[in-house]
Formats: sequence, C-alpha cells, structure tokens
Amino acid sequence: MNDALYHKAVMRMAATSKGAGGLKNPGATATVDNPLCGDRVTMDVTIVDGLITEIGHKVRGCVLCQASASTIGEHAVGQRAEDVKRVQGRILGMLNGAVDETPKPWTEDASAFKPVAPHKSRHKCVLLPFDALVEALDAVKSGS
Amino acid sequence: MTFDPAVIRAQFPIFEVPVTGGAALHYLDSAATAQVPTSVLDAVRTHDATARGNIKRGVHFMAERATEAYEDTREKVAGFLNASPSEVIFTSGTTAAINLVAHSFGQSLKDGDEVVVSELEHHSNMVPWQMLRNRSGIVLKYLPVTADGRLDLDALESTVTNKCKIIAVTHVSNVTGAVTNVSAIVAAAKAVGAKVLLDGAQRTSHGPVDVAALGVDFYAMSSHKMFGPSGVGVLWGRAELLANMPPFLGGGEMIRSVTKDVTTFADPPARFEAGTPPITQVVGMGAAIDWVSGLDHQAVTTHLNRLTERVLNGIADLGDGKGRIKVVGPQGLQERYPVISFEINGAHPHDICQILDGHGVALRGGHHCAQVFMETMDLPGTSRASLGPYSDDSDIDALFAGLEDAFTRLGVQ
Repeated sequence: MNDALYHKAVMRMAATSKGAGGLKNPGATATVDNPLCGDRVTMDVTIVDGLITEIGHKVRGCVLCQASASTIGEHAVGQRAEDVKRVQGRILGMLNGAVDETPKPWTEDASAFKPVAPHKSRHKCVLLPFDALVEALDAVKSGS
Repeated sequence: MTFDPAVIRAQFPIFEVPVTGGAALHYLDSAATAQVPTSVLDAVRTHDATARGNIKRGVHFMAERATEAYEDTREKVAGFLNASPSEVIFTSGTTAAINLVAHSFGQSLKDGDEVVVSELEHHSNMVPWQMLRNRSGIVLKYLPVTADGRLDLDALESTVTNKCKIIAVTHVSNVTGAVTNVSAIVAAAKAVGAKVLLDGAQRTSHGPVDVAALGVDFYAMSSHKMFGPSGVGVLWGRAELLANMPPFLGGGEMIRSVTKDVTTFADPPARFEAGTPPITQVVGMGAAIDWVSGLDHQAVTTHLNRLTERVLNGIADLGDGKGRIKVVGPQGLQERYPVISFEINGAHPHDICQILDGHGVALRGGHHCAQVFMETMDLPGTSRASLGPYSDDSDIDALFAGLEDAFTRLGVQ
C-alpha cells in the first residue's frame, strides 16, 4: 500500500521543487504549521490585477508536502485566488473519497496524490502548502 | 534462567494481528504507548463483568467491590513508588497530573517566583507551566540541553536561583532516552528550597520507582506507557505539600460538605479526584503494575541493552555505510533507556515511517511533542524506535531492512 505513495510522479514533483525559495518583495506571505508533525510551509505570493504573478515557497516537510508545494509552483501563476481555492477544495474532496475533478492545468499533478486518500494521517501533508497559499491570498485580499 | 522474549511476546495478543500488507507486527513505538498483556486485558474485562459499580458512596455489593478494587490499585501504586497510599492521586494521565501541580501548587507562587523546566521536556511538562506564567507573574526558565540530548547539569547553578520554587523535568526523555541525573536536580533544588517534579511517563515501564530515595516532591506517570489501559495515570505528591494545595477540579467525591455558600474540601487524595474516576482503567493499571513488578528487570535490561546496542551500531552502517543516519541523543548505553531517535540526511521522518509501515514496522516520526528540543537541536523532527520487553531481534532486522528500502525509495544520497 505504501508503494503507491512514493511513485515516480510524486518523487519527480518533490525533486523538481518548482517555486522553491522566497520572493524578494512578495505581496503577501503566510506561514502555516502542521501541529501533528511540526512541518512548516511559508508561501509568498504576488498578485497583479487579480492574477497571481509570482509564487515562492519554503517547505520544511515530507516528500508529499514538497510535491504539493511544487505543484503550486508549477500551476498557480496566472490563476486567480478563487481558482486556487477551488483546486484546494477539489483536492480535499479527492482525499476524502470524492471523484477527482481537479481542473486543468492541475489535473495530472493533483491525481498523483490519489494514493494518499487511504492514509488520513498524511492528508495534511498534501494540503499544507494549499492552506498556506490560501492564507496568503486572503491576506492580499484583506490588504493586511 | 535465560531471558526469553518469546515468552513475554506470547502474552501480548496484538502480535497475532497482521498489519499493512499482511506483514507481522514489529512494534517499535512503546514510548508512545506500550502494548497490553493478556493479564491486563483479562483484569479489565473481569472487573466490568463481575465488579462494576460506582465507587465510594454506594453501599450495595457491586459498589463495595468496585471501591475495593479501586483502592487496591492505590495500594499497588504506593508500593510501586515506595510511598503512602494517601499520597497517590489518580488522574487521567501524566499530562493531567502535571497540570494539577501547575494549577494547584502554582497558586502558591507569587510575582517573580521562578519555575525551571528544561528544553528537553515533552509539551505536557512545558505548556502547563507556560500557561501558569501567562496567568500569573511567575518567571519560567529553561535548563539547556547538551549536544547528546541530556539536561545540561553544568547550567544548573546559573539557572536555579533562590527565586526558584519548583524544578519540573523529565525522568527519562521521550525523545533521546536519556536518563536524568535526579540527584543533581534535587541537590540544586534543595539548595534554594525549591520542589522537584519528575515526569515519569517513560520510566515506569522499566520497574518500580523509589520516590523517597530519589528525594523528589511530585512524580507523574501514565498507565498506558506501562502496559495498562489509557485514560488513567497518577500524581504522587508529598503528603505535607498535598495537604496545603487547593483542589484543581471541583465536583463530586472531592468535598467534605457543600452548602449554598460554602464548600469544604476532602483531604488528599480525594480532594484531587473530582467526579467518577476511570474505575475500570484504574483496575487495569493495577494489573499492569502486577505484570511489570513480576518481570526480572535485570534480565529485561540486559536484553534491551543488547537490542539497543544493535540499533545504535547497526544504523551507522546502513546504506553505503557513510553515516547517513545520526543518532539524536546519547550515543551509547550509559544512562539511557531503549528510546532511540535518529535523523536521516535528506529524508523526512514521516516518509521514513510510512515506508517502514510497509514492512510491518511501527516507528514514530516527527517532533514527539518536544518542539522546543527540536528547535534547539535545529531539527525538523526525528524518527524514533522505542523498545519494550516484547521486542526481539526480528524487530531490529525488520527495522534495518525497512531503512535500507527507505534509502532506496527516497533516493537518500
């Protein structure tokens, strides 16, 4: 069962680490922790005219967390906050057993996390980078 | 007679349960919770089947029987700790025991008084004191740790001043397995008139504790760490201290009389046992104490030291033998218990533990409720193998095989 978690796509995404590193002048930053394991994700984001123009992240986490952050680095630029929140909701649903309806261009990368579904203790590993990004996007919205 | 872990293992039905992928269970997470022998399982079932009633105030047969069983366990705990039964308070566990002291003893502290904990503490022996600090004017100080995960006793003199009222530290670390030099702590405390609380959660599975000989003032322990049910633990406190401490929780069983205007409180230990306690679990804890007390501790220690040495020596040679794994904590067997934390360069503890689960190995990864220690050591977390008397060589073989597999899968360079 554990073999499925660490398949090639996930390992590749984690190794690629797209978007790794902080932004020099982010529009907003959010750091979230996983209290269960102490993992931490910091997500920097810049938005221009409602579109994400830059993403940078720092991840202290496992392979799943790194792969998830890398997916964000790959696909979030050019998206709107509501697009990202929709993806977050679909991935959450997929992990909880719903049909995978993650929209393009996220579909393929998001499906790599399907094998995580039976491992409830690992759901947060996948969701942590999305939680950080959404918190950063909300900070932009509120101007804080 | 040679110690045979198979004889011990046969007393634990959990080992008959196949785990992930049908693998045999290799349980290396006894520091999180120990497994339960048949004698304890039987005691719990028998109590509920033959002696279930609420304790203390009932006059009927079952109430009398339940009360007797409950108080019998208090006697057993007292014997286990070399203390008086009136000094034994049942709680929901170590966490509740420490919270009781922080709340109740804590009420006697004044602005500027100091409490000393260490950087090695489990959150259960750190957060309650932080909460006390936040609601009072006390100062919370931290005894530093050494590079090998022990309390830095050289810092005692500078940390423990005459304003210190209590030192609260671990007896055995749940992260590094290091055994605290209690006499040094007690000496430092006594020199300034401070009390000492020991968090004994990781110690009591290894046999009786002599609180009188240790010279401490409070001792906290959990049943589930010593082969008993969860949901019950003990605070032991010196009678003269308990006598002057106000109640922690209010409710039934802890009163002498109640009027609309005034409530007077029972003497300890009842003063600190508000409400219906976990009676069945207390009885199970009594059976666990019987079981632990029946072990040949010298033989068990010899057995566990051999296995611990195998782990300490073996993990350094894993992979290509270039020391990818570093033990976090004491590197040898001196003053340590079989709790072995390690970090693997380039691999996250959760990934390690997930892959080992595929080998049937139950390993714990993360901060182990010791985030301050992890921050001090600049670690995101560790993987931790913790042994029990039922551990055997097949568990260590499976650990090594699983780690080799994890190295390959995670591409540890």
